[in-house]
Amino acid sequence: MTTGQRTYMGVPVPRPRTAFFELSSCEGCQLQLLNNEATLLDFLDLLEVVEFREAMTEHSDQYEIAFVEGSITRRDEVLRLKKIRKDARLLVAFGTCACFGGVNQLKNRFHDLAWVKKAVYGKQAVETQEARPLRDFVEVDLSILGCPVRKEEVEKIVTNLVLGKSVNLPKFPVCMECKANRNVCLFDLGEACLGPVTRAGCDAWCPNNRAGCWGCRGPADEANLEGLELVMKKYGISRESLLDRLECFGGFESQVRHLRRPSRKKPRARG
Amino acid sequence: MKLSRKIDVQHLTRVEGHGNISIRVRNGALQHARWEVVETPRFFEAMLVDKKWDNAPWICGRICGICSIGHTLASIRAIENAFNMVPTKQTQTLRLLLKHMETLQSHILHLYFLVAPDFLNVGSIFPLIESHPDVVKRAAGLKLLANDTCDLVGGRRLHPTRTVVGGFTMLPDKKDLEAVRHRLEESRSDLESTAELFYSFALPAFARETEFVSLGASDGYPFIGGDLVSSDGVRKAEHDYRAMTNEYLVEQSTSKWSRLSRQSFAVGALARLNNNFPHLSTGARKMAEAFGLAPVNHNPFMNIVAQLVECVHVVEESTGLISEVLDVPWTRPRETVVPKRGMGVGAVEVPRGILYHCYEFDTKGRIRRADCVIPTSQNHANIQHDLEALTLQYVSEGRSDQEIERAAQMLVRSYDPCISCSVH
Repeated sequence: MTTGQRTYMGVPVPRPRTAFFELSSCEGCQLQLLNNEATLLDFLDLLEVVEFREAMTEHSDQYEIAFVEGSITRRDEVLRLKKIRKDARLLVAFGTCACFGGVNQLKNRFHDLAWVKKAVYGKQAVETQEARPLRDFVEVDLSILGCPVRKEEVEKIVTNLVLGKSVNLPKFPVCMECKANRNVCLFDLGEACLGPVTRAGCDAWCPNNRAGCWGCRGPADEANLEGLELVMKKYGISRESLLDRLECFGGFESQVRHLRRPSRKKPRARG
Repeated sequence: MKLSRKIDVQHLTRVEGHGNISIRVRNGALQHARWEVVETPRFFEAMLVDKKWDNAPWICGRICGICSIGHTLASIRAIENAFNMVPTKQTQTLRLLLKHMETLQSHILHLYFLVAPDFLNVGSIFPLIESHPDVVKRAAGLKLLANDTCDLVGGRRLHPTRTVVGGFTMLPDKKDLEAVRHRLEESRSDLESTAELFYSFALPAFARETEFVSLGASDGYPFIGGDLVSSDGVRKAEHDYRAMTNEYLVEQSTSKWSRLSRQSFAVGALARLNNNFPHLSTGARKMAEAFGLAPVNHNPFMNIVAQLVECVHVVEESTGLISEVLDVPWTRPRETVVPKRGMGVGAVEVPRGILYHCYEFDTKGRIRRADCVIPTSQNHANIQHDLEALTLQYVSEGRSDQEIERAAQMLVRSYDPCISCSVH
């Protein structure tokens, strides 16, 4: 990290004081930043990192941009988030857990948190609530999607932020990126895939590796679920597989609610 | 000598997840030295109930942002064991290579980004970019090599895409593997320089007799599956893992704790090395000897050195694994899966120690019950007892509050805890 004044096309560029926080999550999205070895130093040059508990001991409440990873699953996290919102000029929901609840919200589908708690902790008291995204509690200025976030996209967004450019997520679905990459269609390989309905921007990360999309980036602007259902049926892919994927990350919550009546019964396993 | 002390560390830094340290000494007597885990539980074991088998590796990889590959592989192994599937030799070799590269990236992350700042008297690796550019460049280079290989074999360094029950969705390009082998051979000198750097660090002189648990070697230093062993002489089959882990709940932690023959035990690089020392690669054994690390070593800070030794081991073994797959033509990447009613256990040595996934399936391959036992949760009780012993030692030596606080933080850090993983 150099300390001199940075310029872009002759114009001075600020180095905003930036903080990273994590709520209920695997902390993987933050690690994606450190996983970015080839361009890590240039990236750090853009920002003045003042809080990043997983990597540094120094701590500060004085920052402009806050990146918050993870979903809300406990009361103390609501308080932490509200304090961050107060301190930050710009709050970024960083990754799918922060944007949609992520895999954490899979426990919500049981509609019976007492059973969920008992299944893992037995009689011991433990506090938890439905896993929810940040936007349910505070105003979110910007969402960076993905489980995990894609480092190239993060860098592009952060560069645009620092330079004061606008940040626009793609409106079209992953399917278009996949086609542009000339991949074999996953349906032709007999795999379920949410590429036709999921927001692009990941460059079809999973389909490029012959794994069908699980919708971690949530719905595209025009997400034709009925069309997708028909296509999957035609290829003999089960409705259960479609629903498994739609409900995995929380981005399609309203669509799932529409497609599947909530099962209020307790799971058959240990109750 | 100072007779009363009050030390509180809220949300310890440079570790994965959220934990606190609380130490109280009054009139020279230790009132408590506590390692508290305050992480929010995510309830993965409940989430999995009623889900079909193919969801499990995808969901469970997301337990952890550092060892997502290890979780995915343990999940896959549990499912394959439940369905009586044996992976092909090719799949086994590629999985081990992938596992090794996760171990390398995770150990390098811990050694350079989390531990080294303690010994170089800085708060993070960031100031080292200016003061020690060579060190940072070396750390980034080694991590990049490991992560590039994970991308190549697993499809993605974090939350892998190609790893599935039955094998892989697709295989790497052999030319790329050959390039990786070359880079691995070249990385040896960077590992030597890493060893020189760590040799210059004075690790705290502390030891407490401990039981060490790991996989036990059958044909080589173990990473995926096999018998479970302890340095106190316990030996169990993989499916009998509950007899090793004996999880129980405690007030001071949202993570469960474990015990075996004593009040606590340790898992991780030092445990693996203590239990399987003769099976280390030649270069790794030489490095261990240079650091005076021989089994059974009871200094938890030596886990740092054990990780360094394992970096050499996985690099040396990986070049051989690549040669193995390059010598023969590819066979098909993926076997067909036929679900079956029953139970399966997968035990995998992930960077922080032995990890178990266990699932029970109905006839359609839906999960009836899931259990994941995480390495860090097995270590929490041992960290607790070490912390008490270390505090007592430092108090009796008349150390300052700052010295005690620093050593306590370094102790927890030396276990490389993955706290959100341990609570899951």
